[in-house]
Amino acid sequence: MPRPRNARIDELIFRAGTGAFAILLIGIVLAIGAALVKESRLSIVHFGWSFWQTDVWDPVAGEFGARPFIWGTLYSSVLALLISTPIALGIAIFISELAPASMRRPLVFLTELLAAIPSIVYGLWGIFVLVPAVRQLQIATPEWLRSVPLFSGPPLGVGMLSAALILAIMVIPFSSSVAREVLKAVPQSQREGAYALGATRWEAIRMALFYARTGIVGAIMLGFGRALGETMAVTMVIGNNPQISASLYAPQYTMAAVLANEFAEATNDLYLHALVEIGMVLFIMTLIINVISRMFIWSMGRQTRPRRVLAHAPARSAA
Amino acid sequence: MTRNHWRRAVSHVIIVLCGLSVVIALIPLALVLFYVVAQGITSLNLSFFTEMPKPVGEVGGGMANAIVGSIIVTLLGAMFAIPIGIMSGVYAAEYTGTRMASAVRFAADTLNGVPSIVIGVFIYSIAVLPVRRFSALAGGLALGVMMIPLIMRTTEELLLLVPATLREGALALGATRARAVFTVVVPAALPGILTGILLALARIAGETAPLLFTALNNRFFSTDVRQPISTLTVQVFIYATAPYQDWHRQAWAGALVLVTMVFVCSLLARVATARMEKLQRGA
Repeated sequence: MPRPRNARIDELIFRAGTGAFAILLIGIVLAIGAALVKESRLSIVHFGWSFWQTDVWDPVAGEFGARPFIWGTLYSSVLALLISTPIALGIAIFISELAPASMRRPLVFLTELLAAIPSIVYGLWGIFVLVPAVRQLQIATPEWLRSVPLFSGPPLGVGMLSAALILAIMVIPFSSSVAREVLKAVPQSQREGAYALGATRWEAIRMALFYARTGIVGAIMLGFGRALGETMAVTMVIGNNPQISASLYAPQYTMAAVLANEFAEATNDLYLHALVEIGMVLFIMTLIINVISRMFIWSMGRQTRPRRVLAHAPARSAA
Repeated sequence: MTRNHWRRAVSHVIIVLCGLSVVIALIPLALVLFYVVAQGITSLNLSFFTEMPKPVGEVGGGMANAIVGSIIVTLLGAMFAIPIGIMSGVYAAEYTGTRMASAVRFAADTLNGVPSIVIGVFIYSIAVLPVRRFSALAGGLALGVMMIPLIMRTTEELLLLVPATLREGALALGATRARAVFTVVVPAALPGILTGILLALARIAGETAPLLFTALNNRFFSTDVRQPISTLTVQVFIYATAPYQDWHRQAWAGALVLVTMVFVCSLLARVATARMEKLQRGA
């Protein structure tokens, strides 16, 4: 390499060179939004708001109502969170507050493994192991319970309950790892203070949880965002029937699942645009959830942030 | 029972519940791994790797085309994502605190949260719709878009961990910023970045949703990136949801291959991180 020309020009090239890739990354995110709007315009113009207020999804007849999909997505995600939240918090507390140091690493590895298993493998397992088990459970439902809307319907196995269970399994590692990080950010003095006042172990942990509450909420919401967009495993066990039902036993449908099943086969433009519109709304929903949850988590991490910036401040001023 | 007894009892109960939640979460993990290994191992044989899928009704055959297809699509994704991920990571680390760096970080986190199926829709609209053809290239693009934020964040975090003294040494010797970064700082963080890329590859190779309508599927052996291509994950999906016993068997075999790959990659990454930590502590 020749002697550096002007250092300032060199710096400029470096900044522009790496900056171009950074802009490209930002551009991709913007392009996703733009492409989704562009490819769903026919449906947006044609149906307007009624798209989200209609229950009939009949591509052959050209009728497109997406309300069952929104319902299925929200219902399955909320159910999954109800199951996964206590477990995820329990794991986070156990690993960060209770477990001996030697157990931490293996436990973290195992929960990470839970997150690393591909969605399609969960789906396969869901079809052949979970769904039959759920069917047995449904058959064993006592008669008086079946009159409750929550448990009505034939014992099919596939349906909302299977989807919620598999989603819960998949969401647990996400929520628990973020909650663990958040708990790590709680100053040790908080716990010591609680102990000094005579708190029991749980009372000290409760103090830490209270201190970390915004971050914990963020962790749970991050899991919610994951659940909304989860596709393969849900598609394989939820039954794929566009209907709005409160029953846990009823086969239903989600936004991601209808995309997975019907997108490649969309025969006309309006059908395709209707599907892309579902994708667009899914994108917006996850975007909002993610931004809010990240704000929560970030506001927790701020206490530890200045140290990191300071450590690199000299480097920046030197350059 | 006094109040203190009560408080202590509550504390113990909750501690037990926390331990129990770990057990509850590990049960599905154990079950999934057990079934995948038990069902997969009886179906997995050499012909799974070397033979083509047989038509419906004929027993046997393998997923040779899908395995090659998965490798091609994943590598295409990596080729696309690694430069963008690393360079934008370098930018975010070098210009920490600037508004642009925050914007990139925000974009990466956003992209990371976008459901993979939506990324599939996006790539469909920019790479399939205009040319009216599903292709391996489109599948690679979709996986690449998913990899970018993972690589960018790892790169940034690891660059920030490199001791400032290293860079200062380079600068003091008269290196320009670009030179200091690319010949001193990045190489120092390289093992970690490679580990991150490995983990991203493992995660992305198991993706199905973004491939469903980008790479689509192909019954034949194809290495042409402009044509639809078969992938392991999509093949498992098709086989699992079809009503044929022999296809189910092959789906389990495919799942075993996927899980083994993921497991080996995360184990390698673990070992690499542990070794790096040891080195850093020794230094």
